[in-house]
Amino acid sequence: MSQASAARNVDSGAHENKERYLGVYRWMLLSRVLEEKLASLYRGGKITGGVFLGRGQEALSAALGSALQRGDIFAPLIRDMAGRLAFGETVLDATRTYLGSRLGPMRGRDGNIHRGEPAKGHYAMISHLGAMVSAVAGGLFARRQRGETGVVGATCVGDGATSTGAFHEGINMAAVEKLPLVIIVANNQYAYSTSTSRQYACADLVQRAAGYGIPGYKIDGTNPEECIEIVHAAVARARSGEGPQMVVADLLRLVGHGEHDDFHYMSHALKVSPIGRDSLDVARDQITAAGWASAAQLKKMRDQAVAEVEAACSTALREPLPDPNDEDWCALHTRRLAEGLEQQP
Amino acid sequence: MQKAWSNNLNYSVFQTQQTTRQSASITYLEAIRAAQQKALRDDPRVFIYGQDIADFGGAFKATKGLAKEFPGRVLDSPISEDAQIGMAIGAALEGMRPIIEMQFADFSTCGYTQIVQHAATMKWRTGVPCPIVVRLPSGGTAGAGPFHSQSMEALYAHYPGIIVMTPATVEDAYTMLLEAVEIDDPVIFCEHKYLYYHLKADALPDVALPTGKARVARPGRDATIATYSAMVHESLACAAELATEGWEIEVIDLRSVKPLDTDTILASVSRTGRLLAVGEAFPWGGVTAEVIARVATEGFDLLDAPPMRLNAKDTPVPYHPNLWGTHRPTAPSIVAAMRRLLKA
Repeated sequence: MSQASAARNVDSGAHENKERYLGVYRWMLLSRVLEEKLASLYRGGKITGGVFLGRGQEALSAALGSALQRGDIFAPLIRDMAGRLAFGETVLDATRTYLGSRLGPMRGRDGNIHRGEPAKGHYAMISHLGAMVSAVAGGLFARRQRGETGVVGATCVGDGATSTGAFHEGINMAAVEKLPLVIIVANNQYAYSTSTSRQYACADLVQRAAGYGIPGYKIDGTNPEECIEIVHAAVARARSGEGPQMVVADLLRLVGHGEHDDFHYMSHALKVSPIGRDSLDVARDQITAAGWASAAQLKKMRDQAVAEVEAACSTALREPLPDPNDEDWCALHTRRLAEGLEQQP
Repeated sequence: MQKAWSNNLNYSVFQTQQTTRQSASITYLEAIRAAQQKALRDDPRVFIYGQDIADFGGAFKATKGLAKEFPGRVLDSPISEDAQIGMAIGAALEGMRPIIEMQFADFSTCGYTQIVQHAATMKWRTGVPCPIVVRLPSGGTAGAGPFHSQSMEALYAHYPGIIVMTPATVEDAYTMLLEAVEIDDPVIFCEHKYLYYHLKADALPDVALPTGKARVARPGRDATIATYSAMVHESLACAAELATEGWEIEVIDLRSVKPLDTDTILASVSRTGRLLAVGEAFPWGGVTAEVIARVATEGFDLLDAPPMRLNAKDTPVPYHPNLWGTHRPTAPSIVAAMRRLLKA
C-alpha cells in the first residue's frame, strides 16, 4: 500500500480510531527515542554487552503491545521495545536493565533484551529462539485451568525463529489445546546476517499457519494502520475463544542485528523497496494526512518522549551497580537445597 | 534409624538378596503412581502432562487411572518434549505445579534447552521460582538398547538451578516425588525403570529423610560404596557377598545427586578409609567423578587408598543382554572392583 493510499484509508474510515492510533504512535516514538539513547550510551561505553534495536519494527510491536491488556501474557523478543512499553514496562526499568542497575528487575543478573517481570505477565525471553512460544502457551493453559477467561497470550518471533523446532512444537501444542495465543512473526528479512532465501523455502511464512490449523494473516509491517487493525483483530479473536492466531508481517530491520553489527550484508534492493520504509515516517504522514495532529503537536510528542527518556537515563545512571559481595550466588529458591553457599566469600 | 530404613527394604530381583516376603505388595512404579495420585488429590495446582499418559496410563502405567480420577488434569501431549517443558514453565510461572512425564529419560534431550536454559535460570534471572517436576524413566533394562536406557542425572546436575533426585527405594520414590512437587525449584526426578516392577515394599511411609540427606543403606567399616538409584541394590548385593568373607562394606544411598550429601560420604569415609563410587551413567565426568573430587579435595586425609569409581562403559548402551550385562556395573563387577580397593 502506498503512503498516499494509506493516508486516504486513514482519512476515509478510521477517525474513531484516532486515539488508539495516536497511542500506538506515542509508544513507537518513545521506543525510537529510548533506543537512540541506548545506542548513544553504548557508543559512549556506558553499556556493557550488546544493544539490540527494534528500528523499523516499532509499528508492529506497538500495535501488539497496545492490543494486550493488564492480566494478559506477553513474551516479547529482541526488537519489541515498543511493545514492551505499550504493555506496561517502564522506560526506567528498560534502561536499568541495559545499564545493569541493581534496582532494575534483572539486578545485573541479565541484561539488555533478556528482561521481564513474569509476575506482571511480561515473560523474560531466553536467547534460544522459539522457546517462549510454548511457555506462553503454558501460562495460558494455567489460566484456563484456574477458570480465567478473556486472557490472551502473545509472543513475537522473527523469520529466523520460524526455523526452530521449538517454534513448531509450541504452536502445534497451542493449536491442539486451542489456547488464546497470538504469534507475531516479524519477517524482517534477516536472521542476523542470513537472508530469507537461506531460512525457508515456502513462498510465504504465513503458509505455515495452515499447517497448524490456525488462521494466518499477512500484513505490511511498515504500515501502522494495517498493523493496528490486523493485530488488534487477531488479539480480539483469540480473546473471544477462537484459538491461536498467527500474524506474519513483512518489514525490514533498519539496523544491524545489534549495534556492533554494521549490516553491510543488507540488500540495497530491500532498502529501497516498500518494506524498507520507516514506520515512524509512515505514521507521521498518516497522522498528518488525517489531520489528527499538527506539526507542533507532533514535535511536542517527541519532546515529551525525549524528556521521559532523559529523566530515566539520568536516574538509572546514578543508581548502584550490582556488587558481587552482596550477591547471594544462589540459583535456587529453596536455599536449604543449594550447594556450596558456605564457600562463597 | 538409618539402619532400620535399610532393614525394612525388600528387593526381589537381586540374585544375592532374595528377601521378598509375600506381604510386600507395593512396587516402585506403584509408589510413583500413588505419589502423583496424592499430589493431584491434595493440591489443585498439580497437573500431569506427557505422552500417552491420559487414558492409556503411560508407557509404564505410572499414571494408570489418574486421567479418569482427575478429569482435565492428566493430559496427553503431542510428541514435543521441548513444548512439554516450555508449557510447564509457563504454567509454573502462573502458579501451577506441573509434573511432566518424559516417556523415557533419553528423550529428555529434546527438552533439554527448556530445562537447563529456561526453567533452571528463571529464579536467578527474574526472581520468580519455576516449580516444575520432570519425571525421567531412567536407566537400563534388558533389551532396551541405546535410546531407552540412559541415565541423564549428571547432565542436569551440571546446571545451576536444578534439583536432581535419584530414588533407590519404593519409599523414596513415593516421598521424594511428593517432596519434588512441593519444592519451588525445577526437579529432575530420575526414576529407575529396572526398579519399577521388581522392587517392592510393604507400605508407603508417611515420613522420610528430606532431600539432600543421603542414607546409610548398609553400615560397614572396611570400605564405602557411594552410589544411587539401581546401583544401590547392585552394591548391596556386593556387600552381602563380601560379608560372607568377613568384609563389612558400607553402602551409601545418595538419594539425590544434587544436592549431593558430601557430609554423609565424608563421615563414612572417615570410618572406612576407602571409597568406591558406583554409577550406571557413562564414565566421563558425572556423579561418581563429583563424589571422588569432593572426597579428594575435602577429605584426602581420610583416605587409606586411592579412591575408585565404577561406571558404565564409554559406549552407547547395548541392546543385547549379553552385552548390556557387562556394559553397566553389576554386583559381580562391583565385587571385583571392591576386592582391588580392599587390597590397595
